[in-house]
Formats: sequence, C-alpha cells, structure tokens
Amino acid sequence: MKHTGAQILLECLERQGVEVIFGYPGGQVIPIYDALYDSKIRNILVRHEQGAAHAADGYARSTGKIGVCLATSGPGATNLVTGIANAYMDSVPMVAITGQVPTFMLGRDSFQEADITGITMPITKHNYLVQDIKELPRVVKEAFHIASTGRPGPVLIDIAKDITVQTDKGSSGETMDLPGYKPNYVGNIRQIREAILAIEKAERPLIYIGGGVVIGGAHNELVKLAETLNAPVTPTLMGISAIPGNHPLNLGMLGMHGTATANFAVTECDLLIAVGARFDDRVTGKLAAFAPKAKVVHIDIDPAEIGKNVAVDIPIVGDVRMVLENILDKVKPKKHTEWLKQINGWRKEYPLKYDSGKLNPQRVIEEINTLTKGDAIICTEVGQHQMWTAQFYQFTQPRSLITSGGLGTMGFGFPAAIGAQVGNPDRLVINIAGDGSIQMNIQELGTAVTNQIPVKVVILNNFYLGMVRQWQEFFFNKRYSGTVLDQNPDFVKIAEAYGAKGFKITKVDQLQGTLKEAFETPGPVVVDCHVEREENVLPMVPAGGAIHQMIGVNN
Amino acid sequence: MRHIISALVVNRSGVMVRVAGLFSRRGYNIESIAVGSSEDPNLARIIIVVETEDKQVVEQIEKQLYKLIDVVKVNDLSPSESVERELALIKVNTGSHNRSDVLQIVDIFRAKIVDVGSRAVVVEITGSIDKVEALIALLKPFGIREIVRTGQIAMLRSLRKTGE
Repeated sequence: MKHTGAQILLECLERQGVEVIFGYPGGQVIPIYDALYDSKIRNILVRHEQGAAHAADGYARSTGKIGVCLATSGPGATNLVTGIANAYMDSVPMVAITGQVPTFMLGRDSFQEADITGITMPITKHNYLVQDIKELPRVVKEAFHIASTGRPGPVLIDIAKDITVQTDKGSSGETMDLPGYKPNYVGNIRQIREAILAIEKAERPLIYIGGGVVIGGAHNELVKLAETLNAPVTPTLMGISAIPGNHPLNLGMLGMHGTATANFAVTECDLLIAVGARFDDRVTGKLAAFAPKAKVVHIDIDPAEIGKNVAVDIPIVGDVRMVLENILDKVKPKKHTEWLKQINGWRKEYPLKYDSGKLNPQRVIEEINTLTKGDAIICTEVGQHQMWTAQFYQFTQPRSLITSGGLGTMGFGFPAAIGAQVGNPDRLVINIAGDGSIQMNIQELGTAVTNQIPVKVVILNNFYLGMVRQWQEFFFNKRYSGTVLDQNPDFVKIAEAYGAKGFKITKVDQLQGTLKEAFETPGPVVVDCHVEREENVLPMVPAGGAIHQMIGVNN
Repeated sequence: MRHIISALVVNRSGVMVRVAGLFSRRGYNIESIAVGSSEDPNLARIIIVVETEDKQVVEQIEKQLYKLIDVVKVNDLSPSESVERELALIKVNTGSHNRSDVLQIVDIFRAKIVDVGSRAVVVEITGSIDKVEALIALLKPFGIREIVRTGQIAMLRSLRKTGE
C-alpha cells in the first residue's frame, strides 16, 4: 500500500514511541497536520511556536523521553530557534520538525522560506533537510538516535512540502548510516584507577555535580559515592535535583549565587571530582581562583568538555552512571571528620538568610517547599526568582527542577511547565516565575486552559526586571534604566480572561492559605504574589570575580 | 606553529559548511581549507591548516570536529610524518623582452607554463607552501596579476592511511 510522506513521518514517530507533539500549523505542514488527525499521537496546539519548543523541552527534561515539536516553514521555524538553542545548551533530547517550501521552490526566497538548517547548525546536535521521500524513514530513525544517545541534544528535521504529499511504500526496516557517530560510554580503566588512587589520598574531597548526573540517571550512584567517602557535594543549577536538598552532605549550589559554604569548599578542597558538569563561567568565576588547591577529576560523556575551561588532572570520558559504578566497586569508605567539621563551621557561620517577617520572595519559595514537601516538579523562568528557587526549594526527586541553565531563557518556564505536566499528569507542576519572564510567553495560558493542563504559576511580582535591577543597584549606581515594570497588568484578570483561576497575595499572612488553596484548585492557576520589591539574591560573586569573595558574605 | 588537520567526512551536501562554521564560531583561524573526494566514494577528505601556538586549541579543534555527526576521523598531521603539497596558478606580466627571464625561474622551480599570451603567462607550481611562496616572491618583480591557490593538502607518509 502507498503512503504519503506525511503518513510515513507519523508512522516513524509512532514507532519511536512518540506520545505527544507540541506544535503549530502553517502552510507547509498542513499535510503533516492532516496525517496527525488520524494518528494516535496526541497533538497539543500551543499559542506561539517558541512555546512548542519549550514545552517539548520541559516534557523531555521531566520524563527523560525525547520531546517533539512541530512548526511550519519560515517564521514558524525561526520561532523555534530560541527553544532549540535552549535545549542545546542544557543537553536536552529533542526532535524539532519543520515544514519547508517544496523542493522546486527552494533557494528562491519563496513565501515563508527560511534556511532553517543553516540557521540551526550551531545550535543543534545535527540537522537534516529532507528532499527525497525515500530518505525520510532513515532520517527520522537517525534523528531520534542522535538526540537521545551520548550527550543528548536537539536534532532538527526540515521537510520540503512536496515530500509530505508524495507517496511511497511505507518502510520499517530502515538502517541508520552514521559512520562518524560513536559515543563512548565506558570509562578508561586506567584513568578510573588513577581517580580511585587520588580519592584514597585526598583529605578534603569535594564532589561537584552538574546536569549530567540528572540526565545520566546517576543520582543513586552519586549519593552512594558521597556517603561512602563522606565527601560533601555541591551541585550546579542543572545538577540540583540529583541529590536531596536536605541531604547532610549537600552544601547547596556553588558559583555566582552559590552558598558561601559551597564556594569556600571549592576554594579549600584538595580534590575536586567533577561529575557531568562543564565548568561554566557562572560556576567558576575567575578561573585562576577556582579550586586552586585541588587536583581535578573530570567525568563527562563529552570529550570536548574535558580541558575546555579548566586543566584536568584525571579525565574520564564515559557515561557518568557507569563510571560512578566502577569507582564504587573499588573505593573504600572514608570519614573526613576534620574536613566535614570545617564545612559545618562555615554552614553555621554563613547560612542563607533573609527577613521572613515580610512578604519576601525567599519566604514564598520556602512556603511552596513546605506545602509540597519538596515533591513537586518546579519549573522556573530566568532571573532572581530562579536563583531563589535554586537556593531555597529542597528537591527530593531527580528531574524535578526544570530550568534554563546555559542559555538563560526568560519565557522558558511556563511552556516548559506545560510540557512537564503533560509528561507527568499525576504530579504537581509549579512554575515559579518573575513578572518580567511570565510576560514573555503568557499566551500559553490559552494552551493550558484549552487542554486542561493544571499547571500552577506563582509569580514573584516585584514590578521590576529584578536581576538586572540588582546589577544596576550594585554596579550602576542604582540607575534603573529599562528595568521598571510598574505598569504591569493585573495577572489575576489575565488568568480569568483566559479561563484560568487567579489569586493575589499582597500580605505575608495570606501566603500559606492562598498558596494551599491555589495548589488544591483543579486546572491551571495563576498566583500573583506582590513581594518586597528590592530584595537581592545573595550571596553574589561579581562576574569574573573569585568565587570565595562574595557580596553578602563578610569574612 | 602550523597544524595540518585532516578530517575524513561523510560525503554529503552541507558538510563543508558545518566544518567551516565550527571554526568561525569557536574563533579558530583557518589558514587554508581544501576538500575533495577520497578513496571511498561515500567519504570526502578535508584538509584544514590552522596557525596556533596553543596545543590545547588544536586538541579542542579535534574534539569539536568529532562532535560533528558527519565527521568520521580526525588526524593532526605532523609535518615530519607527512607529505604536503599545494598547487598554485600564477598569472605573471610578461612581454617579449622578459619572457625568457620568467621561463628560467619557472624552470628552476620545476614549475610549468600552462598558458601563454602576448602580455602574460600562467605558471603552474606544485610543492610545499615554502616553495610556492618562494616562487611567488621571485615572480613579483615582473608584476603578478592574479594568484589562485588550492590550499594545502597532506598525507601521512609510508603505509599508514590518513584517517586510521
């Protein structure tokens, strides 16, 4: 039997186990949407293509499955770009499918034509332009394989419209043709032995974990290693949910807005074990002052990350879970009493602090943490609220903090929360937002209401672009250029206009009751929380500074 | 130091753009880049010459190249272990009064005249970069109208195959 290209595409997607596509139709993908009409794959219509990319991303991060988004050619495709770049920076497995003008119109500046494979080359793990219906099954299979293996990442498939309407026999036994793609999972035994020797010699070890531990599903092995060695752990923003927030060996996040304890520990440690992390500048600050006394072990699946920013003494390229298992097999328990005593001293002396008597943003996050017992999936936008979430929410499960780390994309959190909720229908999904960020993709309220996706949005509303305002306060003489949002709309009314439920909190004594009611309300909910306007995220390492020198920490 | 990087890539449209784009966005300077088919019709070979003193940079280039799905194998060819060649076409001003001078230089370099006109000749030279540059320097006084160079290509000596 003959199938159209669009039908073949859908068959291939079904074979890959795709359950849901986040997308938006347009001229060049009408045939694909027509085939989707008959498919068992769920189609979630977003209100802006950027929302589709972020939703697919949130779905992927929270489930570990591959997120799929779909858009038309030209503006549809370019609207995906931010979402694809975002997924690329945080190594999220995603397949983005775009329509393209028919093959005979390619390269003629046709209506809604954009060279999306050219545009996305630097922000995808790989991409394809399909101009032959016979290639389609192989391309789909390769795209899903590439997106999900090795270091995951987004793959884009651009399909010329005429391919989707041509017919061919359906295919099932297609083989991949990827002679240059061989991710390495097994760590080098000699290097692992070196690492174990270094661990045995170390007196002040510190385990620094990144998103790779979450992506690689290595959270159990990580915690076990930390407990066996009695070694403290400090996560990056992306690694936070890999270790329980209240674990006694968890020092909290390191880096620009890290805890003083974590940053001091980096400075004083004699062995830094980096696991699935990439020494980002927001983590290291001034490179010369980062872990100056330490030997560095770096475990990562991507060889190009090793030695990119920091010289590494013992590199181990491989799957973090497998490598940690190998280390666990051989390593002997240790105590590190002195080191932990020093660390606990810092902890007592330099806790994260704020005034909990006022409606401070940190207080709101602590209240959300108490109400949800740390079990919710928390999505964030980007800015102050994101850092406070990282500092104050005590995560209990991996894949529970969905946040834009590498790219720092405002407007990510809400659509990502929609995707996370679709992938986790039985969990409470909360998007902690700022008043600036939420307005970047607020139109997705339409998506949430129409599809009855019960995401709870809590806006920490300070009527400012708070993070930039904070920098202006510290470094630009309080000249609040372009950061004042005192004409914000009434978010409760916006929620209601879309058919969602809205709540407002303006006093600290309303906080607990209103949040509880909001979280228990079925369907999408927006809580507009008018917090203290000029609260700052502390500690803070000025950009490019040494991480042991923090604003807000006197030592 | 000059590094010659040989990359064996899948022979697909767009692969040159991927490689060139990688170099420009990561800030690596390309001295020359040459691409052509290889012994395997499905694979092409790209020879990239980069100038850097930093060994870390060369290592990063290799690793980043490997991250491209279409790149099968990357080698950093050391000059002592490889044969290097470049081909150049040089159009030199000549008239009846000085043609024999040009011919003499061309002869010494074992280059060839591949086209003769009343006011210019086209010289073809194959050799190492140094040889090509030396010839260009000697022809310069006659007036060079145009130079076209292929960029350097290179191959490991002996029985080892570039890409193994």
